[in-house]
Amino acid sequence: MRSVWALAAVAALSVLTVSTTTLADEGKQGGILRIYHRDSPGNASIHEGATYSLNVPFMPVFNNLVIYKQDVAQNSMDTIVPELAESWAWVNDNKTLTFKLRQGVKWHDGKPFTSADVKCTFDMLMGKSQQKFRQNPRKAWYNEVNDVTTNGDFEVSFNLKRPQPSLLALLASGYTPVYPCHVSPAEMRTHPIGTGPFKFVEFKANESIKLTRNPDYWRKGRPYLDGIEFTIIPNRSTAILAFVAGKFDMTFPTEVSIPLLKDVKSQDPTAVCVVEPNNVSTNIIVNSTAAPFDNADIRRAMALALDRKAFINIMFEGQGDIGGTMEPAPAGLWAMPKEMLESIPGYGPDVKANREEAKKLMQKAGYGPDKHLAVKVSTRNIPVYRDPAVILIDQLKSIYIDGELDVVETANWFPKIARKDYMLGLNLTGNAVDDPDQSFYENYSCGSERNYTNYCNKEIEKLFDAQSQETDVNKRKKLVWEIDKKLQEDVARPIIFHARTGTCWKPYVKGVTVMSNSSYNGYRYEDVWMDK
Amino acid sequence: MFAYLVRRLFLMLVTLFGISIVIFFLLRIVPGNIVDILFAAAGYVDPADKANLEKELGIDQPLVVQYVHWIGGFLRGDFGYSYVSEKPALQEILPRIPITARLAGLALLFSASIGIPLGVISAVKQGTKLDYALRVVSLSGLSLPSFWLGLLILTASVAMFGQMPIFNPNPQTWLEAFATYAVPAAAVGFRSAALTMRITRSSMLEVLRQDYIRTARAKGASDAAVNYHHALKNAILPVITVIGIEAAFLIGGLIVTETVFNIPGVARFLVEAIRWRDYPIVQNLVMFIAVVVVFANFTVDMLYAVFDPRIRFTE
Repeated sequence: MRSVWALAAVAALSVLTVSTTTLADEGKQGGILRIYHRDSPGNASIHEGATYSLNVPFMPVFNNLVIYKQDVAQNSMDTIVPELAESWAWVNDNKTLTFKLRQGVKWHDGKPFTSADVKCTFDMLMGKSQQKFRQNPRKAWYNEVNDVTTNGDFEVSFNLKRPQPSLLALLASGYTPVYPCHVSPAEMRTHPIGTGPFKFVEFKANESIKLTRNPDYWRKGRPYLDGIEFTIIPNRSTAILAFVAGKFDMTFPTEVSIPLLKDVKSQDPTAVCVVEPNNVSTNIIVNSTAAPFDNADIRRAMALALDRKAFINIMFEGQGDIGGTMEPAPAGLWAMPKEMLESIPGYGPDVKANREEAKKLMQKAGYGPDKHLAVKVSTRNIPVYRDPAVILIDQLKSIYIDGELDVVETANWFPKIARKDYMLGLNLTGNAVDDPDQSFYENYSCGSERNYTNYCNKEIEKLFDAQSQETDVNKRKKLVWEIDKKLQEDVARPIIFHARTGTCWKPYVKGVTVMSNSSYNGYRYEDVWMDK
Repeated sequence: MFAYLVRRLFLMLVTLFGISIVIFFLLRIVPGNIVDILFAAAGYVDPADKANLEKELGIDQPLVVQYVHWIGGFLRGDFGYSYVSEKPALQEILPRIPITARLAGLALLFSASIGIPLGVISAVKQGTKLDYALRVVSLSGLSLPSFWLGLLILTASVAMFGQMPIFNPNPQTWLEAFATYAVPAAAVGFRSAALTMRITRSSMLEVLRQDYIRTARAKGASDAAVNYHHALKNAILPVITVIGIEAAFLIGGLIVTETVFNIPGVARFLVEAIRWRDYPIVQNLVMFIAVVVVFANFTVDMLYAVFDPRIRFTE
């Protein structure tokens, strides 16, 4: 009998504890979250942009069909949850993805959301509608989609040419909001209308972006905040000082560099700061269509000369990762195992031995201590590009390559790359989704617009398709590793490092999760609240 | 006087026409346009989409046609649309002008109200400890770049008061309103004040050695009357010239100060517009600045005539 009472007491205590925890974890309503923004986005239309400067302020205005769970740092298939969809199912031998849609959802202008809006959005993304985006940078994401069909107002199906499990991952990205049919792309660039937790108020270029709570949001009790205000402060020092002085509740996500993070913590020890990888790789693009890098030996020598650890130590005080195309583990889901990575030429820990081998290859190509190869290393005139380019030039000296820095203004960078007017380029590649389909097809597929080096290998192309169709995750992983290894061995676009960056907020800001394998997907802000 | 005024007005119009040509063609010489930048942000270039967008924005037209279209619009008061925000250019520019005007006005006021009296004192007290101290202050003003001074002020404010005087569009108190403009105005005006002080000092020293000053003293005029009535009135002409020139140079200083203090004025906006190759904004804004500078110089010329009547007769 005594034990029954004891059990009852324990149970009662547990209930009390659980309810106390729940109460403590429940968000408080109210408050305007003040964040500084690193620059002024060109417009307000997520579908027409390719920078997270756009996602961060405008993702809260929208909903997707599905979304990566906003309170889990690592995006994966297991963390995809329904948003405007209530459920989804793969049918027709995994060639049709059908969504049942949420009913009673309204656009911010009061019009009802239906399946027609989903069809409109994806028809426009696939270039099949009358209305066109001025720019459509992610059109290739839907290459395998034949069409999008509706069945009544609340069911929509994506009919594929072949199975593509990754489509769901692409649909869960912050880059894939559903747009309203009744609003033109031009209006969406200046005054976006969504179904999301926050309504657009105003966007003053170079000044501020203001959002206000959507009182009719379909998710009851959300969002907690009354609004979000982004003040555009391009000057990093001013922005950080303003955060320290309490003018802002949060820094721009993943924008605080490691040295600056130290400053923030020393000036405001109460600030909560996290450092996460952001799935952006710093890499080298090589013009293999012209001398001297049409010589495979010179390309290999260059890859062998890289001391990746030195880059990370100099730029991030050791806080960076070495990997292939896919983001390194543990944050990355598709990274090669360490032993496999280290078996790739240039990735082994013995930099001196690698460089000796590189020197031999250079000598074979006719260069040596008395005859150096002069090259121009082109890069954009932005510190995150320029700084590693300088280190690269220094490292290339060790294998008889004399580099000269060619700093190119942003406006001229892509036209220059497109006309192949470069020898070596230092480039940054951000991945919206930690998924091989996005990375491989976009950056290495024959004919892709973002395949700057025009690397084209028909054998690898077949492997791209094989992994893309594979529904067994473990089998797919092995295929992905094989592809990634081959890409590095081919010096297709040598990856130098994957960066890590910081985000800080004041201790009273709760419910913030910084994604660890993408900088593009975690800004719905409906669960963020302020304890003050 | 009327002929002098007409001559100056005619010169002003010719200058503005020349400036419009220079602005327009210099912008086109710079490689890359808005379409390149939009595609750069997207990370790819699609030739068909690029051509469509160039056509939509009218930048596929011959340069002469584009110039006539722009200048015709400018004269009619039609400033076109910003390529970036897709809003009327005037709507983008107008709200920013008062902000920069207030800042520039305050900076000039700071420059004149600090620089002239200190310059006079320095000249009058030549060779004393006070003179040396003031010369050190003026030298430091000339040596400190305004962006560095701005950052120093911000860092010191945060470290000492836990506060930061960055731009507040809706100041709640008088102190906030004052901090919004006065601190950046002082940062940008410090250099100007130092220059004004040095010019005033050297000009005063020259005048103070003139015979008529000795005569005034011999006639028993007080120090204040000699220094401020007789000497300063004659020493002020080069100072006015410098302040006029500084008004034009101030725009350069304001770009940096507006960036450091995050002030949404025209100067910072202009730099952003250049970065985006937002032709309607850049052309109209630079033209506006040109009008202000040319008009400021015109005013200085007029002031010359007021202060030195000989000028109207000799020209």
